[in-house]
Amino acid sequence: MGDTDETSRPGVTLVRADEPVTPPGGPRPDAAERVVPLRRPGRWIATVVVLVVFAQIVHGLITNPFFQWDRFGYWFVRPVVLEGLLITLKVTALAGVFGLLGGVVLALCRLSRSPVLQSMSWIYIWLFRSVPLIVLLLFLYNFSALYPTLGLGIPFGPTFVEFNESALATEIVIAVVGLGLNESAYAAEVVRGGILSVDHGQHEAAAALGLPRRYQFRRIVAPQALRSIVPNYVNQLINLIKATSLVFYVSLLDLFGQVQSLGSTYPGDIVPLLIVATVWYVILTSLVSVVQYYVERYFARGAVRTMPLTPLQKLRAGIAELRGRIAAGAVR
Amino acid sequence: MTTDASPDSTTGARGGTSPSSGDAFDLLADVRPAAVEVHGAHKWFGTNHVLAGIDLTVRPGQVAVVLGPSGSGKSTLLRTVNHLEKLDRGHVSINGELIGVRRHGTRLKELGARAILRQRAGIGFVFQNFNLFPHLTALENVAAAPVATGRAGRAEARALAATLLERVGLADKEDAFPRQLSGGQQQRVAIARALALRPGVILFDEPTSALDPELVGEVLGVIEDLASTGTTLVVVTHEIGFARKVADLVVFLDHGVVVEQGTPTEVLDHPRHPRTREFLAKVL
Repeated sequence: MGDTDETSRPGVTLVRADEPVTPPGGPRPDAAERVVPLRRPGRWIATVVVLVVFAQIVHGLITNPFFQWDRFGYWFVRPVVLEGLLITLKVTALAGVFGLLGGVVLALCRLSRSPVLQSMSWIYIWLFRSVPLIVLLLFLYNFSALYPTLGLGIPFGPTFVEFNESALATEIVIAVVGLGLNESAYAAEVVRGGILSVDHGQHEAAAALGLPRRYQFRRIVAPQALRSIVPNYVNQLINLIKATSLVFYVSLLDLFGQVQSLGSTYPGDIVPLLIVATVWYVILTSLVSVVQYYVERYFARGAVRTMPLTPLQKLRAGIAELRGRIAAGAVR
Repeated sequence: MTTDASPDSTTGARGGTSPSSGDAFDLLADVRPAAVEVHGAHKWFGTNHVLAGIDLTVRPGQVAVVLGPSGSGKSTLLRTVNHLEKLDRGHVSINGELIGVRRHGTRLKELGARAILRQRAGIGFVFQNFNLFPHLTALENVAAAPVATGRAGRAEARALAATLLERVGLADKEDAFPRQLSGGQQQRVAIARALALRPGVILFDEPTSALDPELVGEVLGVIEDLASTGTTLVVVTHEIGFARKVADLVVFLDHGVVVEQGTPTEVLDHPRHPRTREFLAKVL
């Protein structure tokens, strides 16, 4: 680990005096003037300690019969668990999309010059950030008792369209609406923060060029705002994945819900079942993080002088270098 | 905001000479409307009277250099010309067209956002801090406005942008992002970007103030080339040497009024107003 990257640094590789090599960067400095990097024994000790502790934890996880890894393997891909996973994915995706769209609209309202739009948006964000998600979900669950029909019309005047709420509000709709309302309030602040982070000079330059308003937002402001929106919104999204476990309380059996109900049917398997849920949540979060990495990279266009390599490119470069070194060794 | 009449509201050109009187181009200039005309311009920031009645006429093809101490209102004046700042009183017109407002009886009514954006597309503006779009390459920065305003197709705009970058000496930097360029190079891209809409007038707001001293020359060189092509330029700057060399009209501003204006020789070599003398003594 440490030694490979030391030898790969051009200034540090050992050069025998009888071997006149000219590296790509020009002739090497006089051997007498060579800068030797500082030795760091503390770092080595810390590395060893951390590795030992890590190995111990892994050993404990594998050998402790309490975890029942055979049962974990059995439940991990059961159709009933996968059905729950599908619900989790569906609810997350829908609430995530509605949350972001709602967030963009709310953020634009808050940044608009209209005092009415500003304060309505502020009130919405204030309200839905204040109400605990579980309270909101339970409230929506009982909503049909409060308002049996939902209609569209003029306040205190005639109604044009009317829905029967109990027909409309299936569990999944309640879950998506509840999470979406909550998510959009947070997303609004994320989006607003992103838009505010764009330098004022950019707005002025776009205005001075006479770029149409839509173009200014879509091509100039949004791409720069997204640089700070993406990491923050992904944070939100990861929270959302885990918050979907609350839809259990509106009798929707998502991943956690299925695991929970299986646990009450097979009380002996409760621990492996919880691990099944945990591992699936970890996998979902990891997938989102990978997507985040590439999306962020895309929006970093122009923000850094040289793009850092992606892990995949690093791996390839590493393999190529190793091959080169082996080949060189074989020749020698 | 109070807009009560201040006593010296329309006497902006106090002690000023009429610009380039006796100029050989007078005959021509009388026929064409002024390229830039500022009339009775007043602007308050809160209680601060930043522009206290400014009158200014720049004829087509002229290069006007606006000088003045910091806080004299010169940047604000420039920014009112393309309506980045609104005037509280008075008006600006470019080639005879009112900017940002329309006449409504004796009053001036502000135009809608769309109409203002359309007018701005005909006025180039170069900022002190370049304000290039960091997520677009040099070529994309220059090509953006012609495409967005529907004046050119994508391919045509890119070809135009390439030509303009070549003109400012950056043909090899088409694909560079602004952060990969030096300050001087960025400002030259910004000038190319302003030229892409083929504006009749280009405004420069201290174009070299954010640059390292050794980079000032390359930017002034580009502006000088522009001046020789007959484009009307209004330049706010501290570069007295540049004013002497390139300007047709030098305007000295202090405390929101034009203290004096005239040819470089008149204003820079034989200033008549003590405030001008004092300022020149400090910067020269």
